[in-house]
Amino acid sequence: MFPTPIAKTSRSWQITYQSILPLALILWLLPLIAVMLFSIKPEGDFVGGNYWSVPSRFAGFENYGRVFFDSDMPRYLLNSLLITIPTAIGAVALSCMTGFALGIYRFKLNLLVFFLFVAGNFVPFQILMVPVRNLTLEMGLYNTKTGLVLFHIAFQTGFCTLFMRNFIRQLPFPLIEAARVEGIAEWRIFWYIVLPLMKPAIAALSVLVFTFIWNDYFWAVVLTQGVESQPVTAGITSFNAQYRAAYHLMSAGSIVAALPPVAMFFLMQKHFIAGLTLGAVK
Amino acid sequence: MPSTALPHTDHAPPPRSWYKRNEIRVTPWLFLAPGILFFMVYVIIPIFQSFSISLYEWDGLSDAYFIGLENYRELWDDDAFYTSLRNNLLWLVLYLLAIPAGLLIALFLNQTVTGIRLYKSLFFFPFVISQIVVGLVFSWFYDPSFGLLNVILGYVGLGPINVLGDENFVNYGIIAAGLWPQTAYCMILYLTGLNAVDPEQVEAARLDGAKGWKMLWYVIVPQLKPATFIAFVVTIIGALRSFDLISIMTNGGPFGESRVLSFYMFEVALSEYGFRMGYGAAIAVMLFLIMLLFISYFLYAMYKDEKGH
Repeated sequence: MFPTPIAKTSRSWQITYQSILPLALILWLLPLIAVMLFSIKPEGDFVGGNYWSVPSRFAGFENYGRVFFDSDMPRYLLNSLLITIPTAIGAVALSCMTGFALGIYRFKLNLLVFFLFVAGNFVPFQILMVPVRNLTLEMGLYNTKTGLVLFHIAFQTGFCTLFMRNFIRQLPFPLIEAARVEGIAEWRIFWYIVLPLMKPAIAALSVLVFTFIWNDYFWAVVLTQGVESQPVTAGITSFNAQYRAAYHLMSAGSIVAALPPVAMFFLMQKHFIAGLTLGAVK
Repeated sequence: MPSTALPHTDHAPPPRSWYKRNEIRVTPWLFLAPGILFFMVYVIIPIFQSFSISLYEWDGLSDAYFIGLENYRELWDDDAFYTSLRNNLLWLVLYLLAIPAGLLIALFLNQTVTGIRLYKSLFFFPFVISQIVVGLVFSWFYDPSFGLLNVILGYVGLGPINVLGDENFVNYGIIAAGLWPQTAYCMILYLTGLNAVDPEQVEAARLDGAKGWKMLWYVIVPQLKPATFIAFVVTIIGALRSFDLISIMTNGGPFGESRVLSFYMFEVALSEYGFRMGYGAAIAVMLFLIMLLFISYFLYAMYKDEKGH
């Protein structure tokens, strides 16, 4: 193990390490801690210029209450869910299929198709912006959640295919050969043999896509504009316009907007990290 | 195989349909079809359409008219374009700091003390939060009247500085905000990589007297190569995709000094400055060409890797 395990070092370094650790964490998360502090302060504290002292009283309930009952925030959160979940399902479903095709079968164009997906996944959004916006307008889906979902599914399929294909490559191939010898139809091999083995990959991709899409801002601004369809990342800007300089509410709003992916991360940590670090180890 | 005119007997194989005979060849394409369709319509074809739109003057509503390379000629004389290009370069260079910084934090956290798992998760935290929230948080952090940065600077007798309102500081301020989540991502890549470092090699090197920086550079870092490659890919892509932070923190200001190509393109094509789709597409094409350099390199590295297996 590198660096030398702390248990094998001198007593004084052990103590130093143990005390640096929490300090480093606080320093690292300082901007976030500041926002959390803001979100439970009463309005009076800000009016009085009392930004950084201990809150004069706990106002968490009233601040968060106003975010939930006195603003469009719940609507934006719901929109985000209605955009994020169908996208995750769609992109994972499509990439299970593409990953299976590219991971199991050997054919001439295999690598070309695979690289097309990988390359597409890296392109700047701006090169797609004007045509995708036009396409969405022409389909009558501008400013709808469906329009956003369809694009997200398509774009995420690139990354998901890369992930699924590499995952399937690691599965034991003799299993599939054995099934073929038994005369099992190819689609049955997909459904009954490969798909059950892909469960960890499906879980990892679902949480990753959920997070990516939840946090998307660019496409939300390009393809939607109103409270009826905008997700929370775009909504927070109009929320802020509404409560300009009301830092306690803006902080509470930001925390609410950031929370779902955070919860997802802590609940599904293992899958989340497995997904992000695929390929980091050979 | 003559399939007609054969009497049906019990021992003759049943006639196989065209699909059955070609199953292995056809199946992958059936499975690929929906994915390829979506990807073609929304990603591949739009790339070419953007190239073509960049040759037109078009406001998105009325008729577009063909002007050849006029948009590119205009770019050539556009100061805002050069500012954006310079800032993109700055982003690229400074964003790469996330890689050594991530490695440093990973080394710091690669221990087995109680609660270390929670520490690792909390250090990773910034990556999970949307860039919009990161941008908001940092713009308050930098605020000249009450921001924590200036409070701290005040203690040591400096400041106040208006980071986001000063053209000398603004880019560094936004990039620092971007480095926060990006470093967290690189850290998690390296933590995974460090987990897989061969302990026997480390012990052998220790017996040979290697330690500290020497050990890190000659024994550990080479073993972290796959993690470094991915960190490099995601950091480059992240740097060139920077949009959210700029949009939320400065909206390109002050005086357009914090624009990058991705932001400038959006501004030209879809904001109150007018709907110049053709000119926007031309900027997007330039950004795409820069990205293409990196994409080609990534694909080349992946291709070599595929052939090696």
